[in-house]
Amino acid sequence: MITIIDYGIGNLRSIEKALQRVGADVVRTDDADAVRAAEKLVLPGVGAFGACMAEIRSRGLVQPILDAVASGTPFLGVCVGLQLLFEESEERGRHKGLGILPGKVVRFPNADEAASLVDADDSTERLKIPHMGWNTIKSVRTHPLLQDLSESPHFYFVHSYHARPEQFSDVLATTTYGVEFPAIVHRNNVLGVQFHPEKSHRAGLQVLKNFTTRVTPFAV
Amino acid sequence: MALAKRIIPCLDVDQGRVVKGVNFVDLVDAGDPVEQARFYDQSGADELVFLDITATHEDRDIMHQVVRQTADEVFIPLTVGGGIRTVDDMRKMLHAGADKVSINSAAIRDPDLISRGAEAFGSQCIVVAIDAKRISTDRLKWEVFVQGGRKATGLDTIEWAVEATRRGAGELLVTSMDRDGTKDGYDNELLRRISERVSIPVIASGGAGTKEHLREGITEGGADAVLAASIFHFRTFSVAEVKSHLAESGIPMRLSATPNTD
Repeated sequence: MITIIDYGIGNLRSIEKALQRVGADVVRTDDADAVRAAEKLVLPGVGAFGACMAEIRSRGLVQPILDAVASGTPFLGVCVGLQLLFEESEERGRHKGLGILPGKVVRFPNADEAASLVDADDSTERLKIPHMGWNTIKSVRTHPLLQDLSESPHFYFVHSYHARPEQFSDVLATTTYGVEFPAIVHRNNVLGVQFHPEKSHRAGLQVLKNFTTRVTPFAV
Repeated sequence: MALAKRIIPCLDVDQGRVVKGVNFVDLVDAGDPVEQARFYDQSGADELVFLDITATHEDRDIMHQVVRQTADEVFIPLTVGGGIRTVDDMRKMLHAGADKVSINSAAIRDPDLISRGAEAFGSQCIVVAIDAKRISTDRLKWEVFVQGGRKATGLDTIEWAVEATRRGAGELLVTSMDRDGTKDGYDNELLRRISERVSIPVIASGGAGTKEHLREGITEGGADAVLAASIFHFRTFSVAEVKSHLAESGIPMRLSATPNTD
């Protein structure tokens, strides 16, 4: 059974349907006890980091999430859900995150600054923000979440901010868009994907299937 | 590898039925948008656009149904445009399962709608569609038109593109009214001029007739994504054929991997 933390930030139907497609039983909840008792947790995130944290906080879900993580429950943050794992974000001011992983969330260099990062001869390669579309990931090490994927699979990304972890050991896979940033973070039972697996066709469904069937609780 | 350029089939939907898609011999019901969406999903489309051309507001609930059914089984991004006039219209469509909404004439009547939509749902959800026509007296000027190219707005296309971006659009869908339906290729000059001025992705639309046209939209027009309707509907090319052609010309593409979850 997979529990999606539903804290009022928009449409969770896609992630729910995608998990069901790969055979998972899914429930949604914003109940603190249900989060603590969950077998596996998914934390989606859409929109602004600060707004997401405010909704989580107003529902009293920060401590239940931290408790579940500390008890070894497999945990998957998706998109802003990955970013929320970190200590803070610079999106529209400074906002404190869940602080499960050390590091912060920063904006991609803007289009003008980014132009200097790429081949100056090719003006069409100017970076556009948001980073929107299909990009490849490069795994740093092996993990059950990455099983049965092709060599450099494409996933669908939509974001203007990315995590900058303090410890490279928390990075499971990277993607390059002007800068190299974590596409997947991982520490013990905690996983986060910057892309949208529910919008990433077969590769995305495979990741969700792996989380459902292959990721096991962490012995604490 | 770099960020892949996207191939986007567009479906016109009228009262819950796809119009124009006549050559779908493999499909049981060629008029069913959900079935066509599934077909494009399997053939490697990177994204889908549904354009709701239903005339009456009362029939829009049918579109919500179509979007819900599609989103439940097609796991690639879906943009829905047509008849979206208010933030509430956007909310309903996003809640039905659309990932992005596309606004056109409503944004011209009320440019602040772009900002309100971006504020409520994030810029990544807001696509501004622009229909542009060259002004004959000066071939390097394009005017924005609405109502399917019938009504002039007096707006300069490049300036409107910049304005829409500034107001919070996440993406621009640029259709050349001069090229639409001609199969002569996209208006790459228009695309390039917009692409050079804005910092958000640009989707090329209007005029694709060959695989080379799609390549040119990207290499000459600087587009981040290319949209086409008839070449896919009439099976002139499959999405997979187009993608392998573009990949061979060195354009980063997401090529379909072997099925591994079915």
